[in-house]
Amino acid sequence: MGEAPEMTTAPDAAGFRDPATGELRQETMIINMGPQHPSTHGVLRLVLELDGETVIRCKPVIGYLHTGIEKNTEYRTWMQGVTYVTRADYLAPFFNELAYCLGVERLLGVEPPERATLIRILVCELNRITSHLVWLATSGLELGAVSVMLYGFREREVIMEIFEAITGLRMNHAYIRIGGVVMDLPDEGPRKIRSLLDLLPGRIDEYETLLHDNPIWRERNEGVGVLTTERALALGVTGPALRATGIGADLRKDIPYGGYESFDFDVPVRTEGDAYARYVVRLAEMRESLKIARQALERIEEMPGPVMIDDPKVGWPPRLSVGPDGIGNDPEYLRHIMEESMEALIHHFKMVTQGVEVPAGEVFSAVESPRGELGYLIVSDGGHRPYRVKIRDPSFVNLQALPALIEGYLVADTVASVASLDPVLGGVDR
Amino acid sequence: MNVDGLARKIGERVPDVLVARGEVTAVVERERLLETLAWLRDQPDVALDFLSSVTATHWPDVDPAFWVDYELRSFPHKHRARVKVGLDAGDAHLSSVTPLFPTADWHERETFDFFGIVFDGHPDLTRILLPDDWEGYPLRKDESLGGVPTWFHGATMPPVDERGMA
Repeated sequence: MGEAPEMTTAPDAAGFRDPATGELRQETMIINMGPQHPSTHGVLRLVLELDGETVIRCKPVIGYLHTGIEKNTEYRTWMQGVTYVTRADYLAPFFNELAYCLGVERLLGVEPPERATLIRILVCELNRITSHLVWLATSGLELGAVSVMLYGFREREVIMEIFEAITGLRMNHAYIRIGGVVMDLPDEGPRKIRSLLDLLPGRIDEYETLLHDNPIWRERNEGVGVLTTERALALGVTGPALRATGIGADLRKDIPYGGYESFDFDVPVRTEGDAYARYVVRLAEMRESLKIARQALERIEEMPGPVMIDDPKVGWPPRLSVGPDGIGNDPEYLRHIMEESMEALIHHFKMVTQGVEVPAGEVFSAVESPRGELGYLIVSDGGHRPYRVKIRDPSFVNLQALPALIEGYLVADTVASVASLDPVLGGVDR
Repeated sequence: MNVDGLARKIGERVPDVLVARGEVTAVVERERLLETLAWLRDQPDVALDFLSSVTATHWPDVDPAFWVDYELRSFPHKHRARVKVGLDAGDAHLSSVTPLFPTADWHERETFDFFGIVFDGHPDLTRILLPDDWEGYPLRKDESLGGVPTWFHGATMPPVDERGMA
């Protein structure tokens, strides 16, 4: 046993002063935020170095939600890939499905029927609204606006019910498939969507009344987490966070995909680059999405027809519809393969076990997700399974800019900055 | 500029350019990667000024065994292109492009994490999505899916197919 440590003298028991010089210590403190902090939108960990209340260094630590989606797709058929990728960015499942399917369709050299294209756009734009609503609700909660949280989730619930009626599921739909969509809109679908489209503009006005000129909301967001255009571009930021810095980059306009070139909408842009600008951009984007959804719905109603490609080597054979039990089925098709045609049964068996055969090659298929450029690099070696699927998730890349957003600001602003970037950790970690 | 025009323009600098399915791919030697990307970024007609993604593919039975893939996008001209670099299995390293595109930082860490490709000159080439003490590079084709013990900081769980079999 050694000697007892020397006791510090009473006035400086906490060790604020340097024992040698008697000066106040000027040390920084490293604190750990997460990995399960309620305001981190998932399992994100931030290592912050603080000088008093000011963040001088931030290091995001990610990977807690890594589930190996990219590796898993290499062991499943092309069709099963949809069910994996939809789980990556779980707040934007339709966008993952769309980007993946557009890529596989480009490799196959096929086009889905026009009605399927329109339904895809409709569900994607409704999905953009739900994603922005979750962002609005959670960032409202984080900054103390609990009523905004309740309103945001209330409206999201209305859309989720529509998704459930269309796809049978609230999330992870696997609704968009190679060659089209898995089933047509249910009979009550258009009426439900129309009443949603009538409801939402007023509700978005309500959020604006609550937040736009709310002094606390402005105080917490204005001038916080400022991202300059140059920094945003250098760090690869896309989506609303980039459009809030003055660049109107939107893949739906710039490099149109999946039929967006025939739709009339605007790309909201702000120039301030702060958290408030990102809020304004997202709110305006919800209105634009409503505009697109309305056009898509009108055209869907004027355009009857199949929703799955008429190509037995590509299209999923049954024409499913959601039954009263909430499960998709096609009784007539079942009777056909089980009772009438051996060839049809063999074909069905081959489609289910092997699925589509995709010619060798590689494509990069990118769509504008609610968080920015969502890209899929899809490589085929000519077989029944993807050789490689790489997901370029916008949350992953945008999160890289987080240190630029919070270094130099107060530690309390960290929460507002993380929220305003809207990362979804399922997409970050994949 | 359409895809063929873009391919012709890039072809003035890079000999190996191909167009497939409406996408332009330029294949370069790893020694010329940085100068080529700098040219593609700064040449006003091409202006591929935004790096979307960096990743790799692994082909264990052929040469080169790795293809490192850079997805580029042009904001001024609204087009995209891909640059690929082939690497031998025993010599899987190449220059980091972080001096040209700071966004490559996390992309290259991810590629290192999953494929074990080393990016020379990267400021902090550490694992990003997997735990720091993970062994192996799971997106390589010779790493199997499943059948490995689940690993969690010292505690080991048997493979999925062997659990509850005792």
